[in-house]
Amino acid sequence: MTIDWSHFTPWSSLAGGMLIGLAAAMLVLLNGRVAGVSGIVGGLLVPRAGDIGWRLAFVGGLLVAPAAMAFYSVSPRIEAGFGTLALAGLLVGAGTSYGSGCTSGHGVCGLSRLSPRSLVATAAFMAAGIATVLVTRHFL
Amino acid sequence: MNIVAALLSGLVFGAGLILSGMTDPGKVIGFLDLAGRWDPSLAFVMGGAILVGVFAFALARRRGRAFLGGAMHLPQRRDIDARLVAGSVVFGIGWGLAGFCPGPALVSFGSGVDQAAVFVAAMLGGMVLYHAAERLLSRPR
Repeated sequence: MTIDWSHFTPWSSLAGGMLIGLAAAMLVLLNGRVAGVSGIVGGLLVPRAGDIGWRLAFVGGLLVAPAAMAFYSVSPRIEAGFGTLALAGLLVGAGTSYGSGCTSGHGVCGLSRLSPRSLVATAAFMAAGIATVLVTRHFL
Repeated sequence: MNIVAALLSGLVFGAGLILSGMTDPGKVIGFLDLAGRWDPSLAFVMGGAILVGVFAFALARRRGRAFLGGAMHLPQRRDIDARLVAGSVVFGIGWGLAGFCPGPALVSFGSGVDQAAVFVAAMLGGMVLYHAAERLLSRPR
């Protein structure tokens, strides 16, 4: 294993991670809700009365974040073509619904709650992601 | 007030995703690429988030209600079943293929990245398909 020092950003990643933790803290302490993005979006697709506004507001916050962070621009490196992106999106949508969470719900909030379910889920999606990149980058 | 708090939380969450590098799929794939040139940054994202989150959820668990007065909705399940593992594996494959997970994809969609728009549309499609399949399979015959 070699470290990619040219892209390694320990401090901005740590600071960004702490902001994510702060956001999760705000949502759980103020609203009593877990900041799991797939769960929040999924709840909008099967809407229940009185359970829509906060979800829309949170997603709205995510969508306007780039405008608020316009001073900090990063150009994303996207290798996947549109076909791969569509397949990946389908898998992410179905998988997070079936497994009840994603990187935020299981990875950040679940691990912060010391939930054994979320630890297993995080280990599973990390392992699957690592295996997928191993195949696509080194065997195909 | 609940709406304002959720909007602010989403905004701070999105800002954190941008600052941390999570909205760059190349960085995500660099983290998952253990056999190549490995970028460990995402471990710092998780570490930073959990460092703050662990205190927040410990406090949340001790409180019966949220500070704005609503009920505290914390997951109660502790069982580990096949759905949890299989769903997470499917999610992980999609994550590794594109380098997008739901939060960063929505933020990138918000900054007008075409590829993120395609991903988000497909992701919503995947969620709808899942719900439709579940309804079909749970229907009494």
